[in-house]
Amino acid sequence: MDEEKILTESTSEESAPAQESPEGAPGGKKKFSERLKKAGRWLGHSQLKAWLYLLPALVILAIFTVYPIINTVRISMLEDYSFLKEKGGTEFLVNFNNFTNVVHYRGFLTCMGNTMLLTVITVPVSTMLALLIAVGLNSIKWLKKVFQTIFFLPYVTNAIAIGMVFKAMFEIIGPVNSPSSVGIINTIVEAFGGSAVNWVNEGSSYWANMAVLIFFIVWNALPFKILVLLGGLQNVNKQYYDAAKVDGTSRFRIFWRITVPLLSPMIAYVVITGFIGGFKEYTSIIGIFDESLMGPPGSIGKPLNTMVGYIYGTINNNQGRASAAALILFAVIFVVTMINLYVSKKRVHY
Amino acid sequence: MKVVLQNLTKIFPSRNKNDKGGEVVAVNDFNLEIPDGKLIGLLGPSGCGKSTTLYMISGLQTPTRGKIFFGDDDVTKLAPENRGIGLVFQNYALYPHMTVQQNIMFPLQNLKGEQRLSKEEMLKRANEVAKLVQIDEYMQRKPAELSGGQQQRVAIARALVKMPRVLLLDEPLSNLDARLRLQTREEIRRIQRDTGITTIFVTHDQEEAMSISDYIVVMKLGVIMQTGKPQWVYDDPANLFVAKFLGAPPINLFAGMVRAGKLYIGEEDVLDLDGVEDQEVYVGIRPEGFLLAEDGRLSCSVSGVDVMGRDVSVVSTNENSLNALVRSIISSDDAEAITGDTVRFNLKQHKVFIFNKETEKRVYFGRQIAAHEEMLQKMREEGQDYVTHTGPLPREADDKPKEKKQAPKTKGQIVLGFFKKIGGLFKKLFAKIKGLFTKKGAKSAAENEAPMSETEDAENTPKSED
Repeated sequence: MDEEKILTESTSEESAPAQESPEGAPGGKKKFSERLKKAGRWLGHSQLKAWLYLLPALVILAIFTVYPIINTVRISMLEDYSFLKEKGGTEFLVNFNNFTNVVHYRGFLTCMGNTMLLTVITVPVSTMLALLIAVGLNSIKWLKKVFQTIFFLPYVTNAIAIGMVFKAMFEIIGPVNSPSSVGIINTIVEAFGGSAVNWVNEGSSYWANMAVLIFFIVWNALPFKILVLLGGLQNVNKQYYDAAKVDGTSRFRIFWRITVPLLSPMIAYVVITGFIGGFKEYTSIIGIFDESLMGPPGSIGKPLNTMVGYIYGTINNNQGRASAAALILFAVIFVVTMINLYVSKKRVHY
Repeated sequence: MKVVLQNLTKIFPSRNKNDKGGEVVAVNDFNLEIPDGKLIGLLGPSGCGKSTTLYMISGLQTPTRGKIFFGDDDVTKLAPENRGIGLVFQNYALYPHMTVQQNIMFPLQNLKGEQRLSKEEMLKRANEVAKLVQIDEYMQRKPAELSGGQQQRVAIARALVKMPRVLLLDEPLSNLDARLRLQTREEIRRIQRDTGITTIFVTHDQEEAMSISDYIVVMKLGVIMQTGKPQWVYDDPANLFVAKFLGAPPINLFAGMVRAGKLYIGEEDVLDLDGVEDQEVYVGIRPEGFLLAEDGRLSCSVSGVDVMGRDVSVVSTNENSLNALVRSIISSDDAEAITGDTVRFNLKQHKVFIFNKETEKRVYFGRQIAAHEEMLQKMREEGQDYVTHTGPLPREADDKPKEKKQAPKTKGQIVLGFFKKIGGLFKKLFAKIKGLFTKKGAKSAAENEAPMSETEDAENTPKSED
């Protein structure tokens, strides 16, 4: 498909005079044989060199991206697939059982639900916060670089390590409500007159866990978004703001009617990548809780597992099912991204 | 609305805080009265402070000293939105995500309280203004879908929709191509006439300013050099700078001297001047000030003749000319008389300006004295103060000797300089630490600097002018 597109583009220049001539076919549609001829000429001359330069990258991509994708699709459609059995010469049935099994598995729905919930909450919240922080950072002059560095630190720090720190911050050691045994968050909660909450320890509730997770993910997602939005803000012509000032525009209106629309390409980018990243959320849960991904031992309610966690959890026992789950996740991300693109096409001003 | 600028001064602090000499006096003691309903062109080379003046009038920049009056109201301290101005930016600053209509209506939608109009009213106003600037066909387009000239008109419409008391235009034509420029400047003139709003625009293009302004204000290095009607300023420049800046092709300059009532360029006495003291002068001759004559008193060697239709431009050289070439415009009939290598001219008295070599100020002679007086009288009758710069003329910083760069350094000097630099750094460091202990934050330090610069300015101004 793509090749054909490029082909028509590159040949359009040559064919332009032909189209102008009276014999030229209406609408510019040419015969297939004619196109093939052109393609031969095209490959033979100018672009051969380009392909040569691209070759190393293409080879690596083919081995580590294209082949795995194709293989995933293949494996997902084989019943009871196993690498060793395949080497042993076993033939597998081709069907969609893996998919139906994945969908019917109760844990899958929980994982999907968790993933959706985390994404739907964290992406808007982190985007909004990042926008406010970026606008704030852009308007201060003093210590700008210092704050920029501080806000960027989470980006260059290991997620697992931060997760452990978060766990320590939210921890309760020993009996609830004994002041000496709580983490910093609970100390603050108590200082304001609340009672300590069991966030992450044994017996904590699903929603408490989720709250910590959301807090963590938002905090972790901020730096990249701030970076992108701040870059966008610095490219906005100051004269727009001068013009708004002359017209007596309120700060609120300047933000909504000028800053946000002018930043909309950046915002769209941040939201789309945010959704994709959100659906792949995995490390934060390992960081705060443990590898079981089931939440703390003895916790009440549902496990905290996400889609990627589910895929990793199944891959050792059942590669077929893991592949099917991966494809389903891909489909979900694809649909959501399409929706994102559709919306942004209407709302983004380039 | 009459606009009065009183002792308006803008000093930009130096980038390097410790370097007091690095501050820039962008506008220096600016006194100007702009009559109601006129189109005024602020004209000068880049960096002369014309845009700064405009932005101070708009309120986007605050003057270091001086006052601004709109009519009788002192607006110096008012925020831009309360001044009742419309400002058109050099690159128009149209909001790219809004349609033309939304752009024009934007200022109206900002209004609050009693001033707020109903939606129909806003639309009506926007349509009226759009019709005035003739963009009503394109109301639903985005700025990117318009040509430069159309964008310009949208920007003017946006500035006009609030019915400002004063319209300010920053380099309104510099982003347009030559043909559009011609068209748009007529358009600006027409819109200004139709609305009768006092309009101030900034340009570095003398042709542009001359062609549409009622009055022009010629500036150099933050100082008014001359104001007046374009033609008068052209015909009667007050100093060398104004003479050089106005006119295309530019004025021809010669080094000359006055001796015993005669003006000499080199060995040739080219003009009789009665009652002018002996002095060294610059002689400025407008291209149209040359008359071909076989017994002409000024001789030049011809290097070419450019035919420009009705007129021809004779390009020649003279060893006393300060320009590379002497350009004179004569009618094409006369040009046939040019045959040899040399050409001789007589000079039209009213097209020759002489300037004292030291002060660069105009030296009036003969009939020019009476003509100058007559013009002053006319100006006064129109109620416009005729301003020419009276103090010593400002000079570029480049005029100062550049010894620093040229002096070659010995090894010892380099080492010494290095230690001095380190010493300076330590001094700065100590000053900072001291500042921390005396709890003077950056803010108070900045505030301290402002009044200091004011007191120092009295010393500074003559320095920049000498």
